Amino acid sequence: MRITLSVNGREVVAEVEPRTLLVTLLRERLALTGTHVGCDTGQCGACTVHLDGRAVKSCMVLAAQADGRHVTTVEGLADGDTLHPMQEAFREHHALQCGFCTPGMVMAALDLGAEASDSRAVRDGLDGNLCRCTGYHGIVEAVMAARSRADAPL
Amino acid sequence: MGRFGTGQAVRRVEDVRLLTGRGRYTDDIAPAGQVMSCVLRSPHAHAEIRRVAIEAALAAPGVLGVFTAADLAAEGVNTVPTIYRPPNRDGSVMRVPPREALASIRVRHVGEPVAFVVAETLDQARDAAELIEIDWEPLPAIAEIADAVAPGAPAGWPEAPGNVCFDWETGDEAATDRAFTAAAKVVALDLVNNRLAPTPLEARGAIGEIDADGKLTLTTGSQGSHDLHGWLCEKVFRIPPERLRVVSPDVGGGFGMRLSLFPEHILVLFAARRLGRPVKWIADRSEAFLADTHGRDNLTHAEIALDGNGRFLAVRVAILANMGAYLSQFAAFVPTRAGASMHVGVYDIPAAYVRVKGVMTNTTPVDAYRGAGRPEAAYTLERLVDAAARALGLSPDEIRRRNFIPAARMPFATALGQTYDGGEFARVMAAAMARAGWSDFASRRTEAATRGRLRGIGMSTYIEVCGGGSGENAEIRFDAEGLATVLIGTQSTGQGHETAYAQIVAAEFGLGVERVRVMQGDTDLIARGNGTSGSRSLPIGGPALACAAEKTMSKARAMAAQALGALPGELTYAAGTFTVAGTNRFVTLGDLAREPGGLSGAGYWKPAAPTFPNGCHICEVEIDPETGETAILRYTVVDDFGVVMNPPLLAGQVYGGIAQGIGQALHERVVYDRQSAQLLSGTLLDYALPRASDLPAFDFATENVPCASNPMGVKGAGEAGAIGACPAVINALLDALAPVGVRHIDMPATPMRVWRAIRDAKGNSQ
Repeated sequence: MRITLSVNGREVVAEVEPRTLLVTLLRERLALTGTHVGCDTGQCGACTVHLDGRAVKSCMVLAAQADGRHVTTVEGLADGDTLHPMQEAFREHHALQCGFCTPGMVMAALDLGAEASDSRAVRDGLDGNLCRCTGYHGIVEAVMAARSRADAPL
Repeated sequence: MGRFGTGQAVRRVEDVRLLTGRGRYTDDIAPAGQVMSCVLRSPHAHAEIRRVAIEAALAAPGVLGVFTAADLAAEGVNTVPTIYRPPNRDGSVMRVPPREALASIRVRHVGEPVAFVVAETLDQARDAAELIEIDWEPLPAIAEIADAVAPGAPAGWPEAPGNVCFDWETGDEAATDRAFTAAAKVVALDLVNNRLAPTPLEARGAIGEIDADGKLTLTTGSQGSHDLHGWLCEKVFRIPPERLRVVSPDVGGGFGMRLSLFPEHILVLFAARRLGRPVKWIADRSEAFLADTHGRDNLTHAEIALDGNGRFLAVRVAILANMGAYLSQFAAFVPTRAGASMHVGVYDIPAAYVRVKGVMTNTTPVDAYRGAGRPEAAYTLERLVDAAARALGLSPDEIRRRNFIPAARMPFATALGQTYDGGEFARVMAAAMARAGWSDFASRRTEAATRGRLRGIGMSTYIEVCGGGSGENAEIRFDAEGLATVLIGTQSTGQGHETAYAQIVAAEFGLGVERVRVMQGDTDLIARGNGTSGSRSLPIGGPALACAAEKTMSKARAMAAQALGALPGELTYAAGTFTVAGTNRFVTLGDLAREPGGLSGAGYWKPAAPTFPNGCHICEVEIDPETGETAILRYTVVDDFGVVMNPPLLAGQVYGGIAQGIGQALHERVVYDRQSAQLLSGTLLDYALPRASDLPAFDFATENVPCASNPMGVKGAGEAGAIGACPAVINALLDALAPVGVRHIDMPATPMRVWRAIRDAKGNSQ
């Protein structure tokens, strides 16, 4: 089937099978390998992207479900050489080690609701994303710091 | 900034790449003409293979090859090697059960590879694998240590009579027995050290390629491409070293598991050689639980002997260590040489004896996992110390204070053969207690009780041995732009080597870290290497690189003097440029690099002794007795890591290690069905990795004593968090549960186990 979607602001037309996952389309057809696959049960969150501005696990979304919609991946966040404030905060607070969970963690962090106003709520909000390296310490600090910026997107 | 660039909170040079999706992990690499593969795995824990029929699979759409043990045998491909073999206590040599890359006539664990299917697409390979027919003859299986060593247990390994593959010892058995006979008090514990799945977030993968000249390339996330290269060339394929290149790109976590050579490494190379196409294999997560090496899995009986004043006289430990169905490369090293010597810890204990038996079971092979033997030893000893304190009516800190090795007696030779170069254990513990609010804990316990909660505090004072053993080489090459490239055979799996190593070179040459590029993980570019394990990269790779930097600098100075027609002493140097003092004549590092022969230098460092990082972890928990749920409310750690290279990177290692220790203590356990040896914890739905909401913020500080055994003064730090955490958490939990009469609990202390322990202690079990 033919689908048309926007990926990081660019229109993409793709012929996909009905069973093709969004993450497969992104990684294997569009070579957007910043979105990672860390499990096969929707538990780890490494594949998190934004679909019409909301965080979704792209291993749990069919490519066909993205037809006519806007997808943002980690490759679409930085403005040229200027990192997105959330990316910058991750860097500043040593919120990544091996980096494999990081794209999904950043995308999930950007979609925490306004209610995630303290570190406990941030931790609860990131429960769908696993990190094996950092113990989440730097991640929580980074998210709190990014959210406290005046220009922070909620 | 200290010498060698230490003490700087330099932001990581890796991060922009990894944060913007430009990391390159194995599955992100797609060579032209790549084909996909899958492994058909045994559904049985123990079975004979009567017949394998592959014809239907071979005829399936897109299939390029279906390989079985017969194909490997026909080309003389050898078995997966076991590297470390401990000597038996009776002097005999351990016999190794052979481990085939594809099983021929018998499988011994669920998930053991039986056939390898290669097709144009992954779906085609998987569809074809389902068409393979195998006649199985299931056999009795053993899942657990206790069942393997029980009288009348089924015998599954001719090389391991009684299912025991080695029987090793260390220490002085007779002196230890005498000390126990004379003791005023003996405290004993039986402990389970739970089996864990290392679970780096990037699952394993491998790409095999062959070029027009027949040279093979293996691309795979590893902890050291040179070890894999050597084993594959010398032991598996028996080919000259120049016929294979091993490359490790970005690696999504290792934690010991990625040290190993796995059957899939062999299979992708074999298939690439047969088919002439790049062959990719990527594990899915469920497959990773079956086929990655696991960690830990010990049954331990431990005793400590004390005099009438609470002084330790001796420690005696007997360990049954589950090896799994085969011996992975270092499986037998972990409970023996890696960890056993640390059963005397930070204490002055005159006598000790440790005996370890390796036990075979029908489970996935084990191997190194963060700490590898040292977490097990620290858990055993620190549980014993707390149990002894309770038996004698002493506080946990008082019994430790009475038994610490005093700083004045350093260097100190222990009863188990290590010589500690330094350490101020009482100072470290005092600092941790002050930060953790130990002295006013009682008021927090009282307050918690008013809410119906059981609050407890516990500590561990651990020491570990790391950063010893093999040496490391390092090379620095400057290019015409004056940029430095470091070539070194350690392997970052997230630790931040690109930054830490760059700091060393940048400091020597007065450059920014962005002027230094670090290359690892390519056996064609880097002649030698010993990989990253045992927290060795900075303690061994660091001095090797510092040596290379100093040599390169002195060579550059001599070259500059020659080029400028001056004496070396007449030159000043700053930020990449030599100037003849008082003149405007200068030459840059880039200029020197353009001269014939270029500008480069090599260094080597082999430590005479390992390093002994140590510290005090203090954990404070609150338990809801109605649900058994444990919440960690405070976590404090004060460590002695010697000289610190980059404080945030160091803290990151500690935080991540603590998280894995808390995972072992409260959440994680690989579970096999006791009868069938089927894996029950086979997905991330069933195996509980710690999530953000399970963990607290950590309070970390250092009280450093520079290491005396390397020129940088650094101690290894990659594993320490995972070593100190388990006993601190469980000691806190037992402190919380003491008022309701619970004296013992095993890891993981899940809500169910805690709730049951409380109920059983009340004596109203139903």
